[in-house]
Amino acid sequence: MVTLSDLKISEVKLGEEQTGKWGMVIDQDICTGCQACVAACAMENNITFVGEEDSGYGRSMHWIRIERFWEGEYPEVKMTANQPMLCQQCGHATCEPVCPAFATVHSQAEQLNLQVYNRCVGTRYCANNCPYQVRSFNWRDYQRPEPLPNQFNPDVTVRRMGVMEKCTFCIQRIHKAQDKAKSEGREVADGEFTTACAQACPANAITFGRVDDPESMVSQLAKRSHGVKHLEELGTLPNVTYFKGG
Amino acid sequence: MAYDKKHAEHAPAGRHNGHSEEHLREKHLMLDPLPRGQMNDMVMESMLEKPTWKYWLVVGILSFIVVYFLFYKWSILIMKGQGEAGVMRPDYWGIFLVNTVFWIGISHAGTFISAILRVFRAEFRRPFTRAAELMTTFGLVQAGFSIFMHMGRVWLAYWLMPYPNQRMLWPNLHSPLTWDLLAITTYLLSSTMYLFLPLIPDVAMARDRSTGWRKTFYKTLALGFRGTEGEWTHLRNAMNIFAFAIIPVMFSVHTIVSWDFAAATRPGWSSTIFGPYFIVGALHSGMGAAIVVLAVIRGTMKHMKYFIRAEHFDAIGKLMLIISMAWAYFFFNDYMVQWYGGDKWTQQLLHFHEAGPMGWMWFAMLICNVAIPWAILWNPKWRATPWLVGTVGIIINVGMWFERYIIIPISVTINRMPFTWRLYEPGIEVPMGIGTVALFILLYMIASKLIPLIPVWEVQEGQMAHELKKFGRETVVSVSELE
Repeated sequence: MVTLSDLKISEVKLGEEQTGKWGMVIDQDICTGCQACVAACAMENNITFVGEEDSGYGRSMHWIRIERFWEGEYPEVKMTANQPMLCQQCGHATCEPVCPAFATVHSQAEQLNLQVYNRCVGTRYCANNCPYQVRSFNWRDYQRPEPLPNQFNPDVTVRRMGVMEKCTFCIQRIHKAQDKAKSEGREVADGEFTTACAQACPANAITFGRVDDPESMVSQLAKRSHGVKHLEELGTLPNVTYFKGG
Repeated sequence: MAYDKKHAEHAPAGRHNGHSEEHLREKHLMLDPLPRGQMNDMVMESMLEKPTWKYWLVVGILSFIVVYFLFYKWSILIMKGQGEAGVMRPDYWGIFLVNTVFWIGISHAGTFISAILRVFRAEFRRPFTRAAELMTTFGLVQAGFSIFMHMGRVWLAYWLMPYPNQRMLWPNLHSPLTWDLLAITTYLLSSTMYLFLPLIPDVAMARDRSTGWRKTFYKTLALGFRGTEGEWTHLRNAMNIFAFAIIPVMFSVHTIVSWDFAAATRPGWSSTIFGPYFIVGALHSGMGAAIVVLAVIRGTMKHMKYFIRAEHFDAIGKLMLIISMAWAYFFFNDYMVQWYGGDKWTQQLLHFHEAGPMGWMWFAMLICNVAIPWAILWNPKWRATPWLVGTVGIIINVGMWFERYIIIPISVTINRMPFTWRLYEPGIEVPMGIGTVALFILLYMIASKLIPLIPVWEVQEGQMAHELKKFGRETVVSVSELE
């Protein structure tokens, strides 16, 4: 009988076997939709202030957003769970291959999708090809109203007009923790640091950590049976797990 | 020749009794030869004719539109950012890319008419190959402008070119946009060369008949062409190679443009039929534009009624009808396969196309691209009427622009994240798009005064090859093989 190896066809590596490094679990059941994560993310990552008009026209600049849905027609409206949506840090990201300038690349060390701001020429193909629609474009050079210019985070660059940006899983915090652990000659402990959104969440709905470590909190949570990954059927291998109706 | 014979049969039996020699001569340029000197003078006159005030008025208006709507608005766009345009989440791509695809589509007619019809020895092509090739080059200029308008940081556009640099950074060859850039650049260069080669004998002719700066201009362009046997052999070889080589380039260009969409993971875009669908669409709009250009040239330039006749409109009209049918087939195919797939997002999108707020555009597209061409072009008399086919050509182009508008900004409205759904409202793209149309017409008007729009040598060659023979009472057209 002819087998696969006879035909010299390598076995297809299933997507599920590739694990990411950093991951997140979001519990929609306890999310109150308070937007604290959105504000914290904006402060941490020097996200610009778009203003009412542009924001109302689909140009809001947030690396995480709370999606609210409802069922039924007014006035019999039933709210469903809030859905915080941020970059899923896909293991097999659709945004990466389409960038003509290599501005959207995969980090080998951190297994994250990186956006190289100063390489971006603004074709916006990555955002078009992102099934989660979580990339934000700098449509203009926005002015930050007072007192926002006084609270820049020195660890994060600011972005100018014409470049794409997106959630980085607070890579500056990851690197800070790694540097500290390295100088002390140890590994980064689980829960030693977390992202701005997870830190700010009053309901503790967001958990961040190493998904390649089976002992970590995020891995333990992700094993729960009602966890789902969004649009997993596209083969994007997202690293964010959602709980709903558990 | 088959075409002529068939055509002669089609001719309504009028006072010339159908097949008479006089009637055939009147109908067909190839059977109606003039002395070579006279024909050369006619082309020179049509080019050198002193422009009327109307010409200057139109040039003035177009120049104003180009300067204000294209360049001034573009400078605003560059200074203030893409926020001036109507793009946002989820419509990251808007009218700039609609125009890019549209102009690349227009540019396909030139190659189709002059390369494919040349390769297949379609004799009716002879008087208007140059007019079509000019459309290719000028259309690609607009496509290039449109795609650069679209970029967020256009001053860094050279990063998309593979050039050696200190940091060893190269463009990403995985990206369809990089393929696109390479394909369009190849097409622009090869189509410009293909425009230039058949031009050489004509500028040599113009060189021998002009003085002053024009003499210098044509002398430079003619590259010392004197019309010796050896020069003609080389030229013919070069043109033959180009005619065959440019056909796959033409097919690849629009296929690759379609991959920008087909390779993406978006409902409505991820379609395997997009390649041929886009090519047929490009030919559809391209032939439509070609016939408009021919109708305008014929109506406005001196002696053009001799060169461009009803038979040419009839022939292109037939092609338009066939291409319209092919487009309808591919449209149905694309729609049907996507619908049959049953993906819920695609279902949502297809429903949004015809029943959403932009549904009027979807129906207008079908009326412009299918209903009107079919209703008019089936009739030989109507399709030989320049103003009527010209109008159909404009309508087809409106329809094809709608088609691209539906594929790009309307289709990206629906994605897999319903929270972000939003309808696109164009901003600065509209005046800038009008600016590209104005620049296209302006370039054409300037070119019509600088280079012979009719390839005289090609017409003369064709006329030499055609002969009317009499067998008994029957007049028969015979074509001899020259090459």
